[in-house]
Amino acid sequence: MDVLLDNLDLYGPGFLNTVELFLISAVGSLVLGTILAMLRVAPVPVMRAMGATYVTLVRNTPLTLVFFFFALAFPLLEIVSADTFGGSAASYYFSAALMALTLYTSAFVCEVVRSGINTVPVGQAEASRALGLTFGQMLTSVVLPQATRAVVPPMVSTMIALLKNTTIAAGFSVFQAGSISANLSERGENQLIGLLWVAVFFIVLVIPMTLLQRSLEKRWSIAR
Amino acid sequence: MSSVLFDVPGPRARLRHRLYAVLAVAVLVGVVGFVIFRFAESGQFDGRKWTWIQYEKVQLDLLGALMNTLKAFGAGAVLALLFGAIFAAGQLSDHKVIRVPSMLVVELFRAVPLVVLIFVFHYGLSLGAPFYSVVLGLTLYNGSVLAEVFRAGVLSLPRGQSEAAYAVGMRKTQVMNYVLLPQAVRAMLPAIISQLVVLLKDTALGFLITYDELLDFARDIGSYFEFGRPLIPVTIVVAVIYISMCLLLTWLATYLEKRSRRDKKVVELEKKPAEDVVAAAV
Repeated sequence: MDVLLDNLDLYGPGFLNTVELFLISAVGSLVLGTILAMLRVAPVPVMRAMGATYVTLVRNTPLTLVFFFFALAFPLLEIVSADTFGGSAASYYFSAALMALTLYTSAFVCEVVRSGINTVPVGQAEASRALGLTFGQMLTSVVLPQATRAVVPPMVSTMIALLKNTTIAAGFSVFQAGSISANLSERGENQLIGLLWVAVFFIVLVIPMTLLQRSLEKRWSIAR
Repeated sequence: MSSVLFDVPGPRARLRHRLYAVLAVAVLVGVVGFVIFRFAESGQFDGRKWTWIQYEKVQLDLLGALMNTLKAFGAGAVLALLFGAIFAAGQLSDHKVIRVPSMLVVELFRAVPLVVLIFVFHYGLSLGAPFYSVVLGLTLYNGSVLAEVFRAGVLSLPRGQSEAAYAVGMRKTQVMNYVLLPQAVRAMLPAIISQLVVLLKDTALGFLITYDELLDFARDIGSYFEFGRPLIPVTIVVAVIYISMCLLLTWLATYLEKRSRRDKKVVELEKKPAEDVVAAAV
């Protein structure tokens, strides 16, 4: 307990940064992932191929490598000037972590959304067309409600994974929960206990999300 | 193509789709072209930045780094499969004394980020060589996920399978070993292999505790001034190696899935084997 209480000035900002990383990249990857999923189910073959290529490449790349690229290699390209990210090194690494997490997670979000849309039988769309619903009506009152129910539980899994993946940023100069122990060791504190507190923090965050997911799965499963 | 979202296109829609295709290709060529242009502009394709690849010493180092990655993967995969099998059996046990602790262990290691786990072993417990921390972390995390995969597979077998086995007089262990496990493993093989892809990707975390695997090699070579700090060329090479290794495993999974769909001996699972377990392969 002492390690936690004596170093609240480390744990507080560390956990706060973790949550911030998680929330921003969660929103980012949900948006980008949905756009990718739209590409993957588009009627135009070229668009489908583009989405599929992105997902295949990213899903088979280690996240650490993506981080590596954005933290170390990307600045060499000077695609955007350093000032765009707030100027300081810390804010650059934070933005690099956001880019890495968002680009990586969106591939998985895309797969979840796509498989959710695929769970809706084609007959549902045909039936709604037979009833005379317009495309918009069919989408909003028949297809999307069913797809959402199928999507939410695996999406929570993906978000849990994203939350845990934020710790990789510790290796790339972003101060967050994962980097608390390195700072503790500079103060001569016991690293093991320090790390165990970090683990406890993640358990406290992840277990409720898992429970939420299980209850959603039970409540929302569609009887077909 | 008929899907839930789109009707079979008529002549006008086909024309429109062709227009969209042209636009999409234009955007793609624009983006990729810009990236390649920036790569070339900032001198990433200069001869000097690629000379490192010609040196025998560097090639041997690359091979060594690749071997280290594969070593961590091999050890981690075998141990994780073992761990998964043991704890899946524990979770399915009829005895509360065994079931509850196994569930707690599996939930615990699934909830803690792998990075934190590896840090605990390396910095917290000082296990010595980074290899041990990496393998132990990979084993515990992926083993727990695999335990869930095995468990979901066994639970989603039709009930008649175990009932029939009990009816011919098998014991509990026999039912599990001879009837349930072989079928569950076969049905879950694609999910198991995609978890192994995750394990292979996660070996790159060894980089964070200076285990000299592929990514560590990339950083070393990338910092050489003699070669003009070829960070981007070396990242491209390493990325190609990682992606092709993982793609090979993914293809194996798809091949097995297709084969098992043809195979009449494979039992259809009753319910979908816990989608979240399969989808969580992130």
